[in-house]
Amino acid sequence: MSEPEQTLPLDGWHRARGGRMVSFAGYAMPVQYEGIIAEHLWTRSSAGLFDVSHMGQLIVAGDGAQKGLEALLPADLMILKEARPKYSLLLNDEGGIVDDLMITRRGEHFYLVVNGATKHGDIAHLEAGLPRGVVLDHMKEQALLALQGPKAVDALARLVPGVDQLTFMTAGAFELAGAKAWISRSGYTGEDGFEISVPAAAVEKVADLLAAQPEVKPIGLGARDSLRLEAGLPLYGHDLGHDTSPVEADLVFALSKRRRAEGGFAGWHRVARELAEGPIRRRVGLAIEGRQPVREGAMMVDAEGNEVGKVTSGGFSPSLEAPIAMAYVPLAYAVQGTQISLASRGRIFTGTVTPLPFVPHRYHRKGAPQ
Amino acid sequence: MTVYYTRDHEWIAVDGDSATVGITDYAQSALGDVVFVEVPAAGKTLSKGDEAAVVESVKAASEVYAPVSGTVSEGNAAIEATPDLVNSDAEGEGWFFKLTLSDNDELGELMSAEQYRAYCAELE
Repeated sequence: MSEPEQTLPLDGWHRARGGRMVSFAGYAMPVQYEGIIAEHLWTRSSAGLFDVSHMGQLIVAGDGAQKGLEALLPADLMILKEARPKYSLLLNDEGGIVDDLMITRRGEHFYLVVNGATKHGDIAHLEAGLPRGVVLDHMKEQALLALQGPKAVDALARLVPGVDQLTFMTAGAFELAGAKAWISRSGYTGEDGFEISVPAAAVEKVADLLAAQPEVKPIGLGARDSLRLEAGLPLYGHDLGHDTSPVEADLVFALSKRRRAEGGFAGWHRVARELAEGPIRRRVGLAIEGRQPVREGAMMVDAEGNEVGKVTSGGFSPSLEAPIAMAYVPLAYAVQGTQISLASRGRIFTGTVTPLPFVPHRYHRKGAPQ
Repeated sequence: MTVYYTRDHEWIAVDGDSATVGITDYAQSALGDVVFVEVPAAGKTLSKGDEAAVVESVKAASEVYAPVSGTVSEGNAAIEATPDLVNSDAEGEGWFFKLTLSDNDELGELMSAEQYRAYCAELE
């Protein structure tokens, strides 16, 4: 990208705390503070504070917003209840994934959180696809934080009374450090936790207050990536892209029952065909033999040495102390326990197809004890 | 004993015709948490610039190139077993391999400690 690097509202805050800044999605962002493994394990055992203000926060409003959005993504918005975030996908006409996102009904409008690296493309895609009369607002003055980990609820409930009443994938309007905050119980680590949208003008005060809680440490992008990989969660631009379909990506849960039957969304023909006949390839988890990680781009090879698949994310799991990866493999191989050969940097590695997530999710679901 | 440095952030401690090679503290800090190391076996002959060892952190993989030519006399098994030694003591217990030099003249192309410090300061 030739565009100059932008800074986020917490830029100085990260630098003051020793964050090592790198360029990501066009922004300077902290990749780590004390170290990826320490930050990763801290999040799994206590609570980590992530700045994800690079992500796009959008409002879609106006007559026809619901119908217009249903033409672009496979979620059932007719039955989507108020303040219940839903994971969904923007699809192109060929059934490829334009982006993955969270969509929430908030009164008269829909609130969308999209990936930082793709937000401008998403906005163009939405503006081209939504009918006249539907208004799209990019909330550039809004920051986004994530507080993730088993003690996130203790830290946040101390500051926001009642927030502990939220359950996984529910949200609400609260007040935090004197600012209006939209808080959902959700995240990208596999842990219990929250995502907190606040005005950019208030985010430094909010971050100070959160980081002052004894359970909380700031966490960089490095651990965010290793945490989501352990949780089996795909990363757009790596595990998902314009030429991967939701069925290939093993995201069938994001295709609602009614929409699957009725269609009427971009890419439905491919999705319906793959649901009926099976996709050609599928995203799987791989446990890698030995200690050396296999990285994105490693080839899966068959017995004759032909490239038949590809690693899309790979690294070292701090929780399991072993290398793990995600890959797209031909359907016949996408069976638990299948051994796969991977070629990378002149070496052959062995991976075993393993159920995702690698590390169990610990979400606070409705009906679970407080 | 004299310690030399390379632009690839390796250090070479030389005593006569034997040398110990590792990565610098600057390099380990830039790599982050080291999770995998592979060092060359004793007896392997290396020409200057050959891939000699592999070092991988959570995020990134990189190679260690032979800063000078010679024959490996020992690879450090300790860092293969405990890769985080490279982080905790890069310029000590975290050494990668020992080498019998085949051409001491190659040392003339390397940096002194002072030159290396200035080189790193420029990179900041």
